[in-house]
Amino acid sequence: MSEPLVGVIVAHTEVAAALLAAVRAIAGDDAGLVAVSNRGCDRLALSRELEAAIGGRPAVVFTDMAGGSCAHTAIALARGRLDVEVVTGVNLAMLLDFAFHRELPLAEAARRAVEVGRAAVGLAAR
Amino acid sequence: MSLVLLRIDDRLIHGQVVVGWAQRLGVRFIVLVDDAVHANLWEQDLYRMGVPPEMDVVFASVSEAAARLAEWEGDPRKGILLTGDVDTMVAVCAAGAGGAGGGGPRKVNLGGVHAREGRSERLRYVFLSEEEADKLRELAARGVEITAQDLPTTKPVPIGDLL
Repeated sequence: MSEPLVGVIVAHTEVAAALLAAVRAIAGDDAGLVAVSNRGCDRLALSRELEAAIGGRPAVVFTDMAGGSCAHTAIALARGRLDVEVVTGVNLAMLLDFAFHRELPLAEAARRAVEVGRAAVGLAAR
Repeated sequence: MSLVLLRIDDRLIHGQVVVGWAQRLGVRFIVLVDDAVHANLWEQDLYRMGVPPEMDVVFASVSEAAARLAEWEGDPRKGILLTGDVDTMVAVCAAGAGGAGGGGPRKVNLGGVHAREGRSERLRYVFLSEEEADKLRELAARGVEITAQDLPTTKPVPIGDLL
């Protein structure tokens, strides 16, 4: 069995840390997730922080908003690499599911996160 | 003049620009002056992803910006011109001052220049080297009003307070 995937949440201000705290409160503190904030970072600094958080391990990078600077940096970093997938529009549902599916092959874990995350967004019935 | 904001921001096109400024000011085009991005089609796609479809994006080299500044200033739509560093903005302003439009840009916004070796903190989002500070001083001395302001909802800080 290969090493479980790592998940890196990279988002604006305190969003990543807050999502990580919520995951830990619900799923426990061994969810394989790391939080990175863009606060005070230009793209180069953010890219370095992201690289350090990934730490050379196969990783799914969860970013808050497609088109935002966090997603931009993650996509640029993952370009041409087979060991990093980038998922945009992170939400708590996809992170909680990811925490329990870190043994999946990388591409499959990323696809699954997108499906679970999408399914969690909707207009609630009254 | 229809360039309603000339901004130095090393994150280039990002949320504060597209949402914070452009939505509030009713901006319809963004000019990004950056030689590296101008030469990289893949990176341009990435920057375009962050911009709503009703907003045009122009990726210009520094020399192209010098040639087209008057055209952008005459555009009936509102626009934002962005550079990633002080040097590029100084070059744009110099081109404007020497151009047919006369005078050139009168106002420059410092929106984000982040920590790097050799820079010291002037504001939470403005770090400048002595060389950059000198260039901004010169630009201000030529009559360009320079203020630091990350978002339209925050108070502009005159450059004199940061140098």
